[in-house]
Amino acid sequence: MSQKSEKLINKKGLRLDGRKPDQLRPTKIEVGILANADGSAYIQQGKNKILAAVYGPKEAHPKHLALSDRTRLRCRYHMAPFSVQERKSPAPSRREIELSKVIREALEPSIFLEYYPRTSIDVFVEVLQADGGTRCASITVASLALADAGVPMRDLVAACAAGKVDGTIALDLMDTEDKMGSADVPIALMPNLNAITLLQMDGILSLEEFENAVNLALEGCMKIHALQKEALKAKYVNVKEVAEE
Amino acid sequence: MPTFFERRELVIPGDLLAEGEYTAGENTYMEDKKIYASRIGVIEYTDKKVSVVALRAFYIPRIGDTVIGTVTDVGFSGWTVDINAPYLAMLRASDVLNRPFKPQRNELSTVLSVGDLVIAKIVAYDRAHNPQLTVGEPGLGRITRGQTVKVTPTKIPRIIGRKGSMISMIKQETGCHITLGHNGVILITGKKLEDEQLAVMAIHKIEEESHTSGLTDRITQMIKKSQPKTKKKEES
Repeated sequence: MSQKSEKLINKKGLRLDGRKPDQLRPTKIEVGILANADGSAYIQQGKNKILAAVYGPKEAHPKHLALSDRTRLRCRYHMAPFSVQERKSPAPSRREIELSKVIREALEPSIFLEYYPRTSIDVFVEVLQADGGTRCASITVASLALADAGVPMRDLVAACAAGKVDGTIALDLMDTEDKMGSADVPIALMPNLNAITLLQMDGILSLEEFENAVNLALEGCMKIHALQKEALKAKYVNVKEVAEE
Repeated sequence: MPTFFERRELVIPGDLLAEGEYTAGENTYMEDKKIYASRIGVIEYTDKKVSVVALRAFYIPRIGDTVIGTVTDVGFSGWTVDINAPYLAMLRASDVLNRPFKPQRNELSTVLSVGDLVIAKIVAYDRAHNPQLTVGEPGLGRITRGQTVKVTPTKIPRIIGRKGSMISMIKQETGCHITLGHNGVILITGKKLEDEQLAVMAIHKIEEESHTSGLTDRITQMIKKSQPKTKKKEES
């Protein structure tokens, strides 16, 4: 491992793709790009390409799934067969089912589910191309798609990961760094309320390293949140500028 | 007790709008004496109330609202109507037929069948029960002609305009009869197809640019510009 991991951060302190340890991948977000869904968003974070669509709230189907005191939030995280190097079977895998649950639980605290009892909201996350950190990027877009659908929310949810690569704490790991590195800490945050909705850790970190990683990931969440805000507003600001000339 | 945004500024969910002695209006919520936005929209202040006029929202039934819906199912004692809301509405047979009816004979589909459009009023609705409709008032009932347009329900007030200025202008300029459903469905009936299409175009433009200023003038201009074309067609 030591031989391989030496290559992850070079002598200048730069990573495989030329980033500094505390730098995000180049990120582009767009809101409202699907005509048939009630809300939608798209994110490109490095080589990640993820599409999210939201339907609802609508009458819960099948009916026995309706909850009498709140909305049922349903989430599907799915990777396209062409999203990874080796063709992935389109059937939901163990990992995808788990991520669907993780994403749902990260979004649930941000939505006023109690407003519309007996209904359901469906969130579909489609990973078109994956390069590490898809769960965080998925939460980021899914939250924007919900806002675009007009679902009442406490706050947007911004997510970002930090990890340990070559003994250095680094932000927003990509696939190779995730696999060769020694730890990964994904975090989802509601920035205005300063509340964490997702915190996971994969790998081994000392207490001090963990704290550093969490702080770095939170910083990353704030940067992602700024991009989210810009993307959500851009949809309406552009119309305004064109109309008013 | 400061406020953090100018009037009519664009806000998104989670934005801190005001702190202290304010009350939370529509599409906002209060936590620890701080008011945050819960939807994307433009901010409005009225006295001490902070509210957000949502740019994207869905229709939530309210008692007394006039809605336009589609019949989706004929049951034994009434119809199920899709009113463009998270809940399906019920229209009872006893409300439509002013005479006793026998469910065994299945005569309901002769009165209203699946796919029919109705203008109706909401008479009952709460968290535990689906909305209940009535057609027993003048102007309500089955729609026989015209076309419908769907818009975001929160934009209905913008289409009406200040004291009805926008809607009466469109009615006058296009000569169409327009019925607004609170659920965001609009019925347009005109003498000619061209008139109806012009009204549809105007409504779509309002929906797209509802958050911009000087809209009524632009819509008037747009209608006037496209009208000479339709008049020329008549002559030829």
